[in-house]
Formats: sequence, structure tokens, C-alpha cells
Amino acid sequence: MATALDGKPSPVLADPSAVRGKRGRRAYWHLYAAISPFYLLFLCFGLVPVGFSLYLSFHRWDGLGRMEWAGLSQYRYLLADSDFWSSIGNTVVIWALATFPMVFLAMVTAVMLNSAVRFKNVYRFAYFLPNVTSVVAVAIIFGSVFSTNFGLVNALLQAVGLDQVAWLNTPWGIKVAIATLMTWQWTGYNAIIFLAGLQTIPGELYEAARIDGAGPVATFFRVTLPLMRPVLLFVLVVSTVTGLQSFSEPQVLLQNTANESAFSGGPGHAGRTMVLYFFQQTFDNNDFGYGAAVAWGIFLVVALFSIVNWRLVQRRGEE
Amino acid sequence: MATTHGTRRPRTVRETRSIRGTRTGRIRGTRGRGIALHAVLVLGLLLSAFPFYWAVIMSTHTSSEIFSFPPKLLPGSHFPENVRHLFAAVDFFGSMLNSLLVAGSVTVLVLFFDSLAAFVFAKFAFPGRRPLFALLMLIFMVPAQLAAIPQFVIMAKLGWIGSMTSLVVPASANAFGIFWMRQYMRGAIPDELLDASRIDGAHFLRQYWHVALPVVRPGLAFLGIFTFMSQWNDYAWPLIALTNPDNVTLQVALSQLNGTHGTTDYGMVMTGALLALVPLLTVFAIGARQIIGDLAKGAIR
Repeated sequence: MATALDGKPSPVLADPSAVRGKRGRRAYWHLYAAISPFYLLFLCFGLVPVGFSLYLSFHRWDGLGRMEWAGLSQYRYLLADSDFWSSIGNTVVIWALATFPMVFLAMVTAVMLNSAVRFKNVYRFAYFLPNVTSVVAVAIIFGSVFSTNFGLVNALLQAVGLDQVAWLNTPWGIKVAIATLMTWQWTGYNAIIFLAGLQTIPGELYEAARIDGAGPVATFFRVTLPLMRPVLLFVLVVSTVTGLQSFSEPQVLLQNTANESAFSGGPGHAGRTMVLYFFQQTFDNNDFGYGAAVAWGIFLVVALFSIVNWRLVQRRGEE
Repeated sequence: MATTHGTRRPRTVRETRSIRGTRTGRIRGTRGRGIALHAVLVLGLLLSAFPFYWAVIMSTHTSSEIFSFPPKLLPGSHFPENVRHLFAAVDFFGSMLNSLLVAGSVTVLVLFFDSLAAFVFAKFAFPGRRPLFALLMLIFMVPAQLAAIPQFVIMAKLGWIGSMTSLVVPASANAFGIFWMRQYMRGAIPDELLDASRIDGAHFLRQYWHVALPVVRPGLAFLGIFTFMSQWNDYAWPLIALTNPDNVTLQVALSQLNGTHGTTDYGMVMTGALLALVPLLTVFAIGARQIIGDLAKGAIR
């Protein structure tokens, strides 16, 4: 992905420096026209909205009446808003509960798939399946798997003589249920990406490690893992950016466990992620100014996490 | 099924040869490891498939059966009844048609706009090409909710809120598709071919249509399937933009179903979830090889 900007394209038309002046500019009009739809759309539904949301975050507005200048007060409120901080906590806990098992399981699956000779395509197909299904349908299905009264998880707990858990009614139960759903949906996807990475490692390296007397575990940590660093980085960054912006999973899973709002995140707001909180403030409370400030807060948190992630994986690479 | 094949398959020539050449203890070890490997992989496969099976069980039982203990582990016989209840509760086919319309038109527009722009970025030099492409990559990173409120306000002003237009127009070209198609086109379209067509007097659009597109068909197939699936599954923005509860996409209809009947008629809600998966699983089954291979390739590039 990173090769995008430095690779030289192969110009078919003359070099731009060769054709100058008005006539030269006119020669390019069809090229600009061809790329314009995206930039026009981006202008209307990207750049202007992002700028407008920055402007909005310094105002008070309910979407209908007059906008009122609010200065920094929305941000001051945001920093002191315990609901926002707890939504960050919820999001990070759910993200961690989902991402670490997922990356581990995906790596194990990929290594196994890489050494399996037969049925590779069958496995790849089956493991990828959870990822193409809609979150709404999957959340409905998982809601019933984790149901307190008739859910399968509780039936299993009872079968082995353990106490039942009110999964969608306790702070940790809610987070575990959401994280399980995410892990189920993304493990296979990431395993296939890891597998593609593993297949680029030349066999001679493994051969050399074997001759040097390295066991499978040492080979994995000394040969496989260092060479997989770029792929691992890709998976971690994507998981962070998508995981920290989770919305549909908690929204659908918890929409009928609490009576107040469709974005409340269940009993005790234990499943209220940052983006759920954004939706609640904006579209339930019609507080567009504060909603915009929350959106910028989310942006900062996600950016911060991505940078930390990137730094951690990069630095390990330098050792 | 896969297990029996995995464990009882006949030995290949190479394996037989290696058995002759090595000590017996070693062979038993490798074969045992092979069996264990496939056992674990099949377990993973079952875990992947299980929620689908669970949905089938739930959608073939009545709610009172579902509530009874112990839980049902085999499919029942009440599927037609659940389907009848489902069709009475929501406009299932109406919302499915909306989803089809939105996902279909977005896919066609994305394929056209993205591949056209990608062709320009991949094969032509023009003033401003570098900064414009850098801007494209930057846009890739902008999170959705930053733009959500103003988008909603703009669409309300345009009178699009509540209609499918509010879903189609902003999605009709995207940075990911342009970036992906550009990478694909750089390698796939030979410059000699473009030069030759230019000498023959082919205009830019002719080159795009008759030279570039036929060569990059596999790339378009991936982008098309990928776009269709992500549009079909899109939920957050449609939930906000489609303000008329009687005219929504399938995912929003499902969510409404779960919100209003989710605590009473599980069998019916589960039937909806199951039926909503069918069209997409069909699309995936057709394009699986392409999409799995290409996604993985994109990630390790």
C-alpha cells in the first residue's frame, strides 16, 4: 500500500513540462474532466462537511434554529464529560478484548493453513464467510446466542454445571458479547491476509533454519514473525481504525435491552462506544454543536491510537 | 465430510517414497500432526459456520419452542409460519428492492467513475497529478462521522433525506476504488497498446473503453463485488438518512424488526436475519475466489 506515491507512472502523453502555455493546458482538459467526479463529490460531501463540522463545534445549534457562537465551551464540556470518557473506556476495552484474541487466532490459523496442503480453498472460503455477512444480521444472531433465558452460551454453562450469566445485562457480559461477535467476524479475514503474507516468505529460509537446528517455535519467532511485520502492521492499523469506530455491533445487539434510546449502549451504558455516544448526542438530543465536538474528539483518539500502534510495531522492527 | 477426506486419503507418491526412506517413528509423528492440523482447521471451520446453523435452527422453530429448555439443536418445521409472520411485520421485499437498487446503482457508478479516474492517474502525465493523488490518499483517511452532521444538513437542504438518493450520490465515487484500480492498471495495461491506439487516432474515451477496460476486467470484477457487498451491508448512514420508516433498506428494516419484535418473536426475527443473508452469500459464492485472492494481495502489497 505504501508504494503509492513514490512509483513513477508511465506517461503516454508528452511530459507536461514539454507542452506549456494556454494550448498545453487545454490539451489536458479531458484528463481533468475524467478525474473530476470524485473531487466534486469530495468537495460537496467531504471537504465542505469536515470544515463545516469544525465550524459547528464552536457553536450551539439544534439543527433548526439559529446558530449561536459558543467559543471553546463545547470542547471544555467535552473534556469534563464523564460520559464521553467512559465511552472511550468502553470502546478501548471492547477493542482490546476483540483485537488481541483475533490477531493471535488469525496468525495461528494462517500458519496452519500454510502447512495444510489439501482443502486450502475450502478453508479459505469458509473462514472468509463471516466477514461478508451484514453486521445487523450477525448481531441479531449473536444476540440470541448470548440471550440470558434461552441462549446457547448459558445452556452450555448450565450443562457443565456453572452459573448462568446475564450476558447482555452486565458491564463485562456486554463487552465480551460484542468482542466475541467482532472476533468471529474478523478472524478469518485477517487469517487470509496473514496467509498471503506467509506465502511470500521463500521456502529456503525455512530450510536454512531447519538445517541450523531451529525448532518450529524458534523458526516462527526468528524467521516468520520478523518477515510478517508489514502485514501485521497493516492488520493492526485496520483493526484499530475500524475497531475504535464500532457502531453497528453494539447498536443492534443492545437496541432492545434498554428502554431509553436506540443508541444507549445497553444497561448501564456498558456497550456505549464513542461513535454510539456521537449518534446519541447528535441525532437523539439534536445537539449538533456538541456532536461535532464529540466527532473531533473521536478523530483525535483514533489518530492517537493509530500512531502509537504504528510506532510500537516499527520500533520493534529496528531492534 | 472434510475430516474423512483429510484422514483417509490415499498416500501420494512422494509420501510413499519418504516413508520408505525414514524411520517409522518419524512417519507416525508427521501423519499424526497432519491429522491434528486438519482436526483443528475443521474445528475453526465449524466455529465459522455455526452462527449460520444456529440461525437456521431458530428460524424453523416457534418462539415458545425457542424459549423451552433444553435448547433445540436440530432444525424444526415452523419455517413457513415464521416467513408468513415476517412478511406481515415488515415490507421485506420492498426493502430488499431498495437495497438492490442502492447497491446496484452505486456499484455501476463506482466502477465507471473510479476506473476512469484510475486510468488517468495510472497512464497519463498532467500538471498537478502528484498533489491531486496525494489529496486522494489523504481523503482515504477521513473518518465518516466527522462529515456526518454537515452531510445530513446538506442533504436535508437538497431534499434528499428520506430518499435513496441520499445513499447513492455520496457513495458513487471513492478514494479506495481509484487507488486500487490505479495500482491494477499500472501493471495490466501495456503502454505499447495505448501508443498504438493513439497513432490510430483513438480519442481518450475510446482508449479507456476499448483498450483499458477489456484488459482490467478481473480488477473491475473485484471492485464491483466488493462495492456491492459493502453497500448492501451499510447500516449507520442509512439508519440516519432514511427517515421514513416505511421506505428503508434491508439492513434498516432488519434492525427495526429486531427493535420492535426482538424480545417477543425470536423465530420471526431470526428468519428475517437468515433471509437477508441469502442474496449476499450468493454474490460471495460466485465471486469468492476473486475477492479472497485480491483482498489478500492488496493487503501485502
